[in-house]
Amino acid sequence: MIKIETVIQPSKLENAREALRNIGIDGLTVSEVRGHGRQKGHKEVYRGREYQVDFLHKLKLEMVVPSARKDEVIRAIVEAVRTGAIGDGKIFVSEVEEAVRIRDDTRGEAAL
Amino acid sequence: MGRIDFFLWPRAAPSLNVRFARLVRGSYLHVEETKLSNRVFAGLLLFSSSALAQAPPVDRAELRALQAAVAASQSAGDNAWMLVSAALVLMMTGPGLALFYCGLVRRKNVLGTMMQSFAMMAVITLLWAVCGYSLVFAPGNPFIGDLRYLFLRGVGAEPNALYAPTIPHQTFMIYQLMFAIITPALITGAFAERVRFRAMVVFSTLWAFFVYFPVAHMIWGSGGFLSAFLGGKYPVFDFAGGTVVHITSGFSALVTALYIGKRVGYPQEKFVPHSLTLSFIGACLLWVGWFGFNAGSALAASPLATSAFVATHFAAAAGAVSWMVAERVRNGKASALGAISGAVAGLATVTQGAGFVEPFSAILIGLVAGALCHFMVTVAKEKFRYDDSLDVFGVHGVGGLAGCLLTGVFATRVVNSGLKLANGQPAALGWIDGNPAQVVNQLIGAGIGIGLAVVGTLVALKITALVTPLRMKEREEDTGMDLSLHGEEGYNFEA
Repeated sequence: MIKIETVIQPSKLENAREALRNIGIDGLTVSEVRGHGRQKGHKEVYRGREYQVDFLHKLKLEMVVPSARKDEVIRAIVEAVRTGAIGDGKIFVSEVEEAVRIRDDTRGEAAL
Repeated sequence: MGRIDFFLWPRAAPSLNVRFARLVRGSYLHVEETKLSNRVFAGLLLFSSSALAQAPPVDRAELRALQAAVAASQSAGDNAWMLVSAALVLMMTGPGLALFYCGLVRRKNVLGTMMQSFAMMAVITLLWAVCGYSLVFAPGNPFIGDLRYLFLRGVGAEPNALYAPTIPHQTFMIYQLMFAIITPALITGAFAERVRFRAMVVFSTLWAFFVYFPVAHMIWGSGGFLSAFLGGKYPVFDFAGGTVVHITSGFSALVTALYIGKRVGYPQEKFVPHSLTLSFIGACLLWVGWFGFNAGSALAASPLATSAFVATHFAAAAGAVSWMVAERVRNGKASALGAISGAVAGLATVTQGAGFVEPFSAILIGLVAGALCHFMVTVAKEKFRYDDSLDVFGVHGVGGLAGCLLTGVFATRVVNSGLKLANGQPAALGWIDGNPAQVVNQLIGAGIGIGLAVVGTLVALKITALVTPLRMKEREEDTGMDLSLHGEEGYNFEA
């Protein structure tokens, strides 16, 4: 099993979810996060006083899938959320040791 | 009381009969438009002419009753407007100002900031009932009222002819209270996010005695030193409190900000408004409430109230436009915070002249206010590095002062004929009216207001500091007012 963590632009959530559902990925966790990569922050001005805002609003998607589906899932996400502009986000993939379905103690890929 | 139904011929000119009916009834007239035959119409004419014919030449008792009825109807109209105005002015403090201010502070201080305004609604009210009203509006010496209205003794349904002859004295009293509430509430923006609750209450109470009561008495009280209409030495035109409310609060605010010091971390850290949506709602409530503040200051549902209403609205609009343009030029973007700040600046600036100036003078006043206050808040504050956190001085102090002087320029008898010459003609008011000396009077009024605000605020701060610590501990400030001072939080998202 692998965990695919994806940081995307908030406006692309629906596209990503649609693409994942089309390839049969139903389990998904979404969180609102702030951060920045190469994309610089922006300037805000309140009554003439300027503030540099470095951490931008992003969404983080996390899903655990069978290792064999890695490329398929990545391709689906990339195609769904890419705009080609800086700030489109990142995808990180890592090994997952175990998965447990709490309801009935199912283990491994069957629990996904 | 019974009801008279008049049936009028639809197209027939009803003026004679209606006017007659209104006179007789004093307060109630019911008109139904319906298809009538000539016969009924003729009957009506017969009725009215016979009524006229039967009336004795002049019956004194009847005339007195008539006059009483007319006075009662005027009083009813004026009283309705003044009670609504009083409520509108209270709405300016809570929730208007409370929302405007709390949105501008950080999230951890939202309740503490709202509480500062709300506490004034409670504390100043009790103070006003016990002695505040008397100290301001009882005739006394030129600088402070005497104690004849202590515990509101004698303040009842009977109008006080000196101030507002058509509304109950009690209506006048409660209306004026709302001004005494919002003035110290305005100051709290200058020392936002760092003053202990108890210290704020003690300071505001002392401040009311040292600054608000004397200045309000001098300008509005009977025999006040600066009274324009009730025998002052230097007549200052202050229609709704440009000097009494905005100059006093604005300059006192600057003193408190300098005396209490900056917030921990200012200006290196980020002090970003936590919710401009709240501030936006607050500012719009202020705008609407200001109609009660300025138009209500006519103390009657009169054409003067209309004039003040129009001037108020126009100045707010012009202030918003002016600030937005200034921002667009300086930063490239007109902001929501800028637009609402400009409206408030326009409103604060036109307050003094609302019932004295013509509509286009009000627009000019608003345009000046937006650009001037924008400059004060963005350029001057940065240069001098004082932490007037929510810009009370930059908006209310500077706007109030500009409004005071501009009233001396633009006040005109065309709008306000309240000041009479010996021959009964309305006196020239401002510069454009041919009385340039009024600008000097306005300057004297502003000078006395500023002087008393500075000295009174310093004394009030010193005394408060003797009784209770002014500032929160650094650790408390870091935690925030809500938890440190009130033991609660404004936003419990997990709840």
